[in-house]
Amino acid sequence: MAEESIRLMEVCGTHTMAIAKAGIRQMLPEGIKLLSGPGCPVCVTPPGVIDALLELARRPSLTLATYGDMIRVPGSKRGTSLAYEKAAGADVRIVYSAMDAVDLAEREPDREVVFAGVGFETTAPGTAAAIKEAARRQLKNFSVWSMIKLLEPSVKALAADPDFAINGFLAPGHVAVIIGEEGMRFFPDDLHLPVVITGFEPEEVARGITHLLRQVRAGEARLENEYKAVVRPEGNPAARALMDEIFEKRTDDWRGLGVIPASGLGIREEYAAWDAEKKFGIRAENVPVRTACRCGDVIRGKLDPAACPLFGRVCTPEDPEGPCMVSSEGACAAAYKYRGIYD
Amino acid sequence: MTEDVITLDYGSGGKKTSRLIEEEIVPRFENTALAALGDAAVLPGADHLVFSTDSFVVSPAEFPGGNIGKLAVCGTVNDVAMAGGKPLYLSLSLILEEGLPMDTLRRVLDAAAAEAKEAGVSIVTGDTKVVEKGRGDGLYINTAGIGELVTPGLSPAAIRKGDAVIVSGTVGEHGTAVMLARNPGLCEAELKSDCAPVHRQAMELGKALGADLRVLRDPTRGGLATTLNEFIEGTALGIEIREPDIPVSDTVQTVCDMLGLDPLYCACEGRLIAVTAPERADEAVRILHQYPGGEHAAVIGNITDQTPGRLIVRTKYGSGRIAAKLAGAQLPRIC
Repeated sequence: MAEESIRLMEVCGTHTMAIAKAGIRQMLPEGIKLLSGPGCPVCVTPPGVIDALLELARRPSLTLATYGDMIRVPGSKRGTSLAYEKAAGADVRIVYSAMDAVDLAEREPDREVVFAGVGFETTAPGTAAAIKEAARRQLKNFSVWSMIKLLEPSVKALAADPDFAINGFLAPGHVAVIIGEEGMRFFPDDLHLPVVITGFEPEEVARGITHLLRQVRAGEARLENEYKAVVRPEGNPAARALMDEIFEKRTDDWRGLGVIPASGLGIREEYAAWDAEKKFGIRAENVPVRTACRCGDVIRGKLDPAACPLFGRVCTPEDPEGPCMVSSEGACAAAYKYRGIYD
Repeated sequence: MTEDVITLDYGSGGKKTSRLIEEEIVPRFENTALAALGDAAVLPGADHLVFSTDSFVVSPAEFPGGNIGKLAVCGTVNDVAMAGGKPLYLSLSLILEEGLPMDTLRRVLDAAAAEAKEAGVSIVTGDTKVVEKGRGDGLYINTAGIGELVTPGLSPAAIRKGDAVIVSGTVGEHGTAVMLARNPGLCEAELKSDCAPVHRQAMELGKALGADLRVLRDPTRGGLATTLNEFIEGTALGIEIREPDIPVSDTVQTVCDMLGLDPLYCACEGRLIAVTAPERADEAVRILHQYPGGEHAAVIGNITDQTPGRLIVRTKYGSGRIAAKLAGAQLPRIC
């Protein structure tokens, strides 16, 4: 394989930020390209869901508890966001964990507290634990809108694209902590691509890239675990059992990737009392992406953030068009915030 | 402005704050003293005087390392000092919310009084208002300060290519300490705000370096990166700072890593940034080392003409990145 055509992808927003902050792209030899995949949980949430979230936040006596990342993500109408709704009177609170939202509901029994459960396998166990704890405390004013998404189906959807041209993947250590080495086997076994599980320090990312390049050059497709101190082969079975108890897989809609079967986690019927979608009859409309925003292509690694016609001109962190520019893990946010000197 | 209401981002000290000030405020009050947009104004017609004001709305009002009363005195003392002034007199106005415990108020006022005494300033006028419960967050304080101009000529306009950029101590303590105080249980870290007056070292630098001291600024809201950006915005000069040389305590770094924050954008309340002629930088650092909190004072970078209007952070790996002003407040991330 010619050096100039090696394309590697990271599929985790934390990697995206770490790579941008350390300026790793500048240090790569020419011809090796590092792309960001669908690893930012807020970015892969489709516009219709954001609109429904804004609508939910506007309901009287409802408190929307959310991670900070979601606050500035624009809805399908320009200028709309949870930050805007908050300023206009909605009760939106930033929490650091799902459990904080449970405590909030207990402290304020007159409010209906809904936790916006965004994330991948990393946050799913925490969200499951919060639902279980709310059930144990018999909290009737707490519920979760589960928007949790899964790594494997999204990567497989990417790979099914006829234009797919990635030679290897950097896999996020913290997802692997939950799903284990086993959960990453699909890269070599099903996609016949090398994968290296790695941490988030610049040195760890660089080592991951080195190992990936060795495999690519040798024409290999193996799983390597460069995060052995914390990632076990079997992952964390207790966390997965908890996820299984509370959630079940369901078809889910992704920005940029479309509808993917068994790619999201919904709340099981047994825990319907804590399922905000059922409790409030939430329905996300299928809203088309307005304007020329190309977050969908950025998420799929088809477009460099800076190549989007809106990047840095119409679309900036203060006036964002798409989620990738405002989520703290978004590829456009990373590219904008940590623009290299030579870009 | 695209928004038709004020969102919290307009108070973050970043780009949105700048736009609010430049588009909505300054044009309405246009005058030369205001136009400089410094921490304090040098008064035309009374140009031996420096004047500044600041409002304090920190929540919680009491945090490790200080409280809103201490902060209100230090904040204005420092603003006067950054403009080259020797702080002399302060006003102090209180907006109290119905239901505020009298003991809290006493602690806040005690801290303000102690800090004023320590800083050698007198609180000579003030005001007190009480608002209904729910109309204020416990208490807000506004202070204004007047000082005598002792180091004239401090201005970003005095900065030259090759000048040294110096920070007077570790950065980010105040911002991270308040964030932890706001969310107890987030982590076990022991962090104290760096809240302290820095006027003495500021005046000492001015006296020792004269015109070789170009500008002083305290990196409060928006932190080190935002303040450095303000120095060079719209100019032909840039700044390059060396990441390994920036003093950040291990605790602040750990808390920031955990929350997805960048210490370069976290507020300091007892630090100053000085730009000096390169040959006077070591002397300036030696002066700063003598003051409490100044043990880690260091030269962290230089003024360049390579990257006009841009702040570059050079990593320990040799790569560089632009550190622009943030759009709004830093938000903690999901995972």
